[in-house]
Amino acid sequence: MHDELAVEAIGLEKSYGRVRVLDGVDLGVARGGVFALLGPNGAGKTTAVRILATLIRADAGQVRVAGFDVVADRRQVRRRISLTGQFAAVDDLQTGEENLRMMGRLTGLSRAQARRRAAELLERFDLTEAARRTVNTWSGGMRRRLDLAAGLVGNPAVLFLDEPTTGLDPRSRQAVWQVVGELAASGVSVFLTTQYLEEADRLADRIAVLDGGRVVAEGTSLQLKEQVAGHRLDLVLADAAAFEEVARRLDDRAARRDPAHRTIGVATDGSAAQVRALLDEVDPTRRSVDRFAVHGATLDDVFLALTGHPAEQPDHEKEPAHV
Amino acid sequence: MSELTATTTPSRPAFADWATMAGRSLRMTRRSVDVLLTSLLLPVLLMVLFVYLFGGAIQTGTRYVTYVVPGVLLLCAGFGASMTAASVTYDMTGGIIDRFRSLDVAGPAILAGHVAASVVRNLASTVLVFGVAFLIGFRPAAGPLDWLAAVGVLLLFILAISWVSAAVGLLARSPEAAGGFSFLIMFLPYPSSGFVPIDTMPTWLHGFATHQPVTPVIETLRGLLLGLPVGSGPARAVAWCVGILVASVVVSGVLFRRRTA
Repeated sequence: MHDELAVEAIGLEKSYGRVRVLDGVDLGVARGGVFALLGPNGAGKTTAVRILATLIRADAGQVRVAGFDVVADRRQVRRRISLTGQFAAVDDLQTGEENLRMMGRLTGLSRAQARRRAAELLERFDLTEAARRTVNTWSGGMRRRLDLAAGLVGNPAVLFLDEPTTGLDPRSRQAVWQVVGELAASGVSVFLTTQYLEEADRLADRIAVLDGGRVVAEGTSLQLKEQVAGHRLDLVLADAAAFEEVARRLDDRAARRDPAHRTIGVATDGSAAQVRALLDEVDPTRRSVDRFAVHGATLDDVFLALTGHPAEQPDHEKEPAHV
Repeated sequence: MSELTATTTPSRPAFADWATMAGRSLRMTRRSVDVLLTSLLLPVLLMVLFVYLFGGAIQTGTRYVTYVVPGVLLLCAGFGASMTAASVTYDMTGGIIDRFRSLDVAGPAILAGHVAASVVRNLASTVLVFGVAFLIGFRPAAGPLDWLAAVGVLLLFILAISWVSAAVGLLARSPEAAGGFSFLIMFLPYPSSGFVPIDTMPTWLHGFATHQPVTPVIETLRGLLLGLPVGSGPARAVAWCVGILVASVVVSGVLFRRRTA
């Protein structure tokens, strides 16, 4: 076990009944790093994060967080971490300020310290104006920010974020990203789960891809991107013959084939030069391709590239890249 | 925030967590209009209902209002405590329980916070019941010590029934289901000596009505308030309440661990 790791998991296994949710997962998060666990719904992300945050026990495997074993030294771990889960963990019937002061008291701050800490965090998350209103009058984005702030009250050394931006509008998502970036810059170790490739890319310095309870790829965002092209060029072909022709030319470079819609997807970096070259290559006579579209790579593309099969429970949102 | 400030949080006494959780529950009670209405308006309505609607037809040997006050007190305690079940379930099914646990707040502190709020709520409704009872002709004959004893027994009953409710809250999978379960608790005062003398009930019910936990509590309260001899009533009432209290504290401890395993 390395002391320089904020989170280290070896051989994690967890089953619910006969369903094997985690099947030998190894993870390592450097101190002060931001680590993203990327995977579709049902991949086991939440189970993994709950084990790391001491909320459930693994069936097998060892976990150390902030230098302590999550089972033997659970109290020590809990004093150094915070978890912000998928469901907002703030009370609707308390004001924003009351929520944060309560968290402060629960992390052992005195009344005065808790009040100061709450004011500080409300200011930092741009919630001061709403601070004295009960949370049931707040917008979803504001609640999420409060939820994040509540996780920071105790100055955790390791911060667990389970899908921190799922269900947020693009503006709130940006705000969350900014906060996570600042936290990382200040030396807090962050472990987050996400379904969004872009989010992992934007925030994390290391990414692990979880599929069917196993880590199927791990590395920096750059390393992963070398395995997965950043974009996909979808070609809509003029007719069935053109479809066959282009499919033959691309062969196994075709990321997806959809004969019913005469559509073929091919990986690209999204640059004009490469798209132009690809179009020329597959359609030298300029008759086969009717239309084309360039998409940011979806999680499906990542999975296809990394595992050779589509995500088992694909993310149906298929959002266009939200930049 | 810097790496230097990312220190460990100091350890803190369990009592402090309990007080924080109780403060939370009380604040939330104060703001939830339906809970407030139920716990404050209902006692008044029940009092008026029993005394003016049913009271005329019931012969108890005393003025009915004098007879019925203990029964209404316990009925209201049941209503008040049953809200605890729903709020415990609400906490357990939402995201907040994970946060509390990851902050190392102990399960008993979380539950005891709900129970404390329940006791305060019920004391408020008790005061209200007494107030209304006085207005409509309740004239107890209790000395200061009798009052103290009566309030003590009532408090013990409220505490016990609130913990039962917390355990029910841990058992239920949704706040609605928790509300349904607690209906059973609220039903218990009816087949007792709370509203009609037991000897007016069908014979097959006598055994249950005489020996169920609510009856000794009611008899004790009535005896103390009216300055009548209470015999072994207080001992049986206290034994029931302490028994129920200990059992539900133990059971809810087990349920909490099972629920969060």
